[in-house]
Amino acid sequence: MSQLYDNKTVYDVRDLNLWYGNDQALKNINMKINKNEVTAIIGPSGCGKSTFIKTLNRMIENIPSVRTEGEILYHGINIFDKIMRVEELRTRVGMVFQKPNPFPKSIYENVLYGPKIHGVKDKASLEEILETSLKSAALWDEVKDRLHDNAYGLSGGQQQRLCIARALAVQPDVILMDEPTSALDPIATAKIEELIDSLKADYSISIVTHSMQQAGRISDKTAFFLMGELVEFGNTEVIFSNPRDKRTEDYITGRFG
Amino acid sequence: MILEQTLNKNEMKDLERNSKVQIDKKRIERRILINKIAKVIFSLSLVFALIVLAILLYRIGSQSIGWLNGGFLTRNLSIFPEKAGIKGAIIGSVMLMMIVIPVTLLVGVSTAIYLEEYASKSKIQDFIRINISNLASVPSVIFGLLGLAFFGRLLNLGSSILAGGLTLSLLVLPIVVVSSQEAIKAVPNFLREASYGMGASKWTTIRKVVLPVAIPGILTGAILSISRAIGETAPLVVLGIPALIMKVPTSIMDDFTALPIQIYYWTLDTVLTPEYANLAAATIIVLLVTLFLMNAIAIIIRNKSQKSY
Repeated sequence: MSQLYDNKTVYDVRDLNLWYGNDQALKNINMKINKNEVTAIIGPSGCGKSTFIKTLNRMIENIPSVRTEGEILYHGINIFDKIMRVEELRTRVGMVFQKPNPFPKSIYENVLYGPKIHGVKDKASLEEILETSLKSAALWDEVKDRLHDNAYGLSGGQQQRLCIARALAVQPDVILMDEPTSALDPIATAKIEELIDSLKADYSISIVTHSMQQAGRISDKTAFFLMGELVEFGNTEVIFSNPRDKRTEDYITGRFG
Repeated sequence: MILEQTLNKNEMKDLERNSKVQIDKKRIERRILINKIAKVIFSLSLVFALIVLAILLYRIGSQSIGWLNGGFLTRNLSIFPEKAGIKGAIIGSVMLMMIVIPVTLLVGVSTAIYLEEYASKSKIQDFIRINISNLASVPSVIFGLLGLAFFGRLLNLGSSILAGGLTLSLLVLPIVVVSSQEAIKAVPNFLREASYGMGASKWTTIRKVVLPVAIPGILTGAILSISRAIGETAPLVVLGIPALIMKVPTSIMDDFTALPIQIYYWTLDTVLTPEYANLAAATIIVLLVTLFLMNAIAIIIRNKSQKSY
């Protein structure tokens, strides 16, 4: 247990280093992710932002050559510790991916996949989870009459909101989003952004985005990554209006990226 | 040619002056001719295959007329052609398949799951993968020898249905493993990630996400390889299946005969009794219809799965 543990901190990343084989992808990352806040992670392609967010639920370990150093405290417990089961971590930390990835099953089966694998059997509870998750993901009204239709019949934006509903159904504590709107049109993007704003009350959200405007619109904190380093991390307004680092300013004003 | 008819001389000159590639009319004509010849050659090879098939079908069709009837299917074996039937061979083949299908599916799919989902991608794994593919092309008679030595002699199963079924299972296992591996590999990774992302274990993910998507592909490969097992003769001959078995098998420990074996022995003995050729032809028709139906099922499953995913 950490002595510096406080109630507001969900994730405390300390001296995190990560290598793909011999290539170092993350260099000495130190940052905190707070409860009920949206933390945006920005930076140019290949800067390590996706790698970082996938480290938070240890999804990165599916790549065989990955090696990590340092610690990530999740509510005070190091996620790399033996006592932390990766299945438990990922149940508490949900993830939404870049491309909508519903299962080739019905909307009903998609949302209830998580609760079912975690042992919820009672039909009334399942129905309740289904409705609340879809309502929280602002999808209920659009799909309530066709819950048993295949999820592949939905539009891209609806599929992504279904994936968010599916993540919410496990009742996580944190939701990680890896460029969730990059495959969507502007209208669907606006809907997801609205949704993220409303989810903030109940969840802590960390979102990777390549759009600075998006980070500015939806996030409380912003982390700017460049070539595997965390260049600057702080309140979004400060980062966007008055960045401390020249590189952050250059990136935000569009001088490179 | 065409252009010369529509353009005048000056326009034609203009057109050709700008081009670095000088148009050689003879060359173009020659290429068109070569294309025509190629087309004829390729279509002839198709015609050749169709002719061979037609001759075969005509021969066995005409030979089996009058012999292939309900009685032939339900009678026991006999040395007298008029009294002979293939009831025993049909039951033998069915019982063989009752061993081959569960054994190959269980062992084959499990192996494929291990290799694709659990095994790390090391050099040893690559070596194993390559050798499974190699095994798929080993001649069937060699599997027969293995079956004779291991199942027949060492485990003392003799030439029973169990020994034959296990030998045929070994023969088609590599094909089932490779085709199941392909089916599992075709399941997109983002589906696995979605499942892992919700805290599912590897096995839960395989059972609930990977297999449901892969099963049509696995079944297609399995049916095709099982239909190969039905038609195999050599491994069973090596096992020492007797030429004439009057008794219909009742258990998997009984001696037996199967459709391809019956075709083989009848053809072998045509010199002694010419009517055996008719019996062989009738049996071939039965075997062909069985294979045709199995392949049709495989195609139907494959098409269905393409629609749903």
